[in-house]
Amino acid sequence: MRYVVAKDSREAVALLNTGENARLLAGGTDVLVQMKLGNKAPSLLVDIKAIIGFSDISAENGGFRIGAAVSGAEMGEHAGLKAMWPGVVEAVELIGSTQVQGRATMVGNLCNGSPAADAVPAMLAAGAVARIEGPSGTRDMQVADLLEGPGKTKLGKAELISSVYLPARPERSGDAYLRFIPRTEMDIAVASAGVNLVLDENGCVLEATVALGAVAPTAVMVPNAGAALVGSPLEEQALEACAAACEAACNPIDDKRGTVEFRTKIAGVMATRAAKIAYTRAGGQL
Amino acid sequence: MSKIHITTQVNGDAVEFLCEPDETLLDVLRDRLNLTGAKEGCGTGDCGACSVTLNGRLVASCLVLGAEVAGSEIETVEGVGTADALHPVQQHLLDHAALQCGICTPGIIVAAKALLLQNPNPSEEEVRYWLAGNLCRCTGYDKIIRAVLSAAAEMRGENA
Ligand SMILES: Cc1cc2nc3c(=O)[nH]c(=O)nc-3n(C[C@H](O)[C@H](O)[C@H](O)COP(=O)(O)OP(=O)(O)OC[C@H]3O[C@@H](n4cnc5c(N)ncnc54)[C@H](O)[C@@H]3O)c2cc1C
Ligand code: FES
Ligand code: FES
Repeated sequence: MRYVVAKDSREAVALLNTGENARLLAGGTDVLVQMKLGNKAPSLLVDIKAIIGFSDISAENGGFRIGAAVSGAEMGEHAGLKAMWPGVVEAVELIGSTQVQGRATMVGNLCNGSPAADAVPAMLAAGAVARIEGPSGTRDMQVADLLEGPGKTKLGKAELISSVYLPARPERSGDAYLRFIPRTEMDIAVASAGVNLVLDENGCVLEATVALGAVAPTAVMVPNAGAALVGSPLEEQALEACAAACEAACNPIDDKRGTVEFRTKIAGVMATRAAKIAYTRAGGQL
Repeated sequence: MSKIHITTQVNGDAVEFLCEPDETLLDVLRDRLNLTGAKEGCGTGDCGACSVTLNGRLVASCLVLGAEVAGSEIETVEGVGTADALHPVQQHLLDHAALQCGICTPGIIVAAKALLLQNPNPSEEEVRYWLAGNLCRCTGYDKIIRAVLSAAAEMRGENA
């Protein structure tokens, strides 16, 4: 295996395009584990952490652009980002231990393609947009449109994500992410939910986006669950309709960590609890 | 495979080494630099026995490549305290009998020291969350947590 530090995106893309069995290396908390376990042995590792701009969190058009090499710990330490998108940051901060946080990136979490990746439902709910560099140039794509299946994304072979943009927010908005795991730290989500809300002046929900993790081959948006909350001050009836819509969207696996019934039920519970947190963060009174 | 030449800093000393492209920082420390304080408990990021700091950031050295640390500052447990002057975290772990086999201890020391640098007055809950990635098969954790809390108190100049 060769190890190369890419100086810029163009070099990284060119290295991916050589026909070698190349892999990008960000924090390495998935790549190095997979190499150690003997699957997916690459012949070329392309380290993207030294590319200028990849380690930056920058304010842009009222939102934030987060570079592909920014670690979870760095996102958690950014007061402005945390104030604007607390749900996305709390989702990223749930990834692994303190040690894993020192390395793991949000983009790596997305590109690894796990259906249970914690950052992904929060990014979907937030309407996050990925900036993609490839042989034919730069393009922007909704994170939601990049998901493909376990271990897969819709990125082309020689494409990489340079950053993710979290858009500006109107007044009275808030987001939240919750996952269920059998212990309190260091485990993989059995079911999870990200919720993003905008309220009107009377505390009624104006816009709602709900996304679920670990209950289908990819994280999924649940438009009906969001629609169930719109127009409500989050009263019991609306929450029940939201939970029912979440349950209807579930197509989970059955394993020792959670049965189909359990995962389905819990997905709705996580979504309604996350909705309540997002609601209070948006300034609503429950 | 051609080896990679790396120059970096470990515990304040400039060091250089040759390593394979897929060799972890943990293997470099133990097998090439003779710093065997960091332990391999799992090799997959789960146990924290290999904890070191990289540019001040706590990391699992089994999830970092040797090739990735060029021009960095690394601190291992060998850089914490001396035999004559233990770091408060080390002294309090001893005083609380917070180790048995000791395999987890170097990682706990490095991790706890990193916590107290950025948060001199952590709550018990904060200590438990911070150390959640440092597994210990022997002690049941309670003594470790008490030791870190009392080391923190001593470092703040309080008599715990
Ligand atoms: C102990 C431990 C606990 C963990 N706990 C959790 C958890 O609780 N929740 C969770 O969701 N995950 C968890 N993980 C998995 C992992 O830490 C996360 O998925 C992390 O976010 C991956 O980021 P990374 O930067 O380390 O990615 P890397 O390992 O560097 O890369 C991951 C994948 O994405 C590709 N990639 C990286 N960057 C780009 C880019 N810019 N463009 C295109 N492709 C790219 C890589 O080639 C690779 O295929 C855990 C891992 C460990 C070791
Ligand atoms: S050996 Fe590195 S975390 Fe276990
Ligand atoms: S003392 Fe044995 S693992 Fe902690």
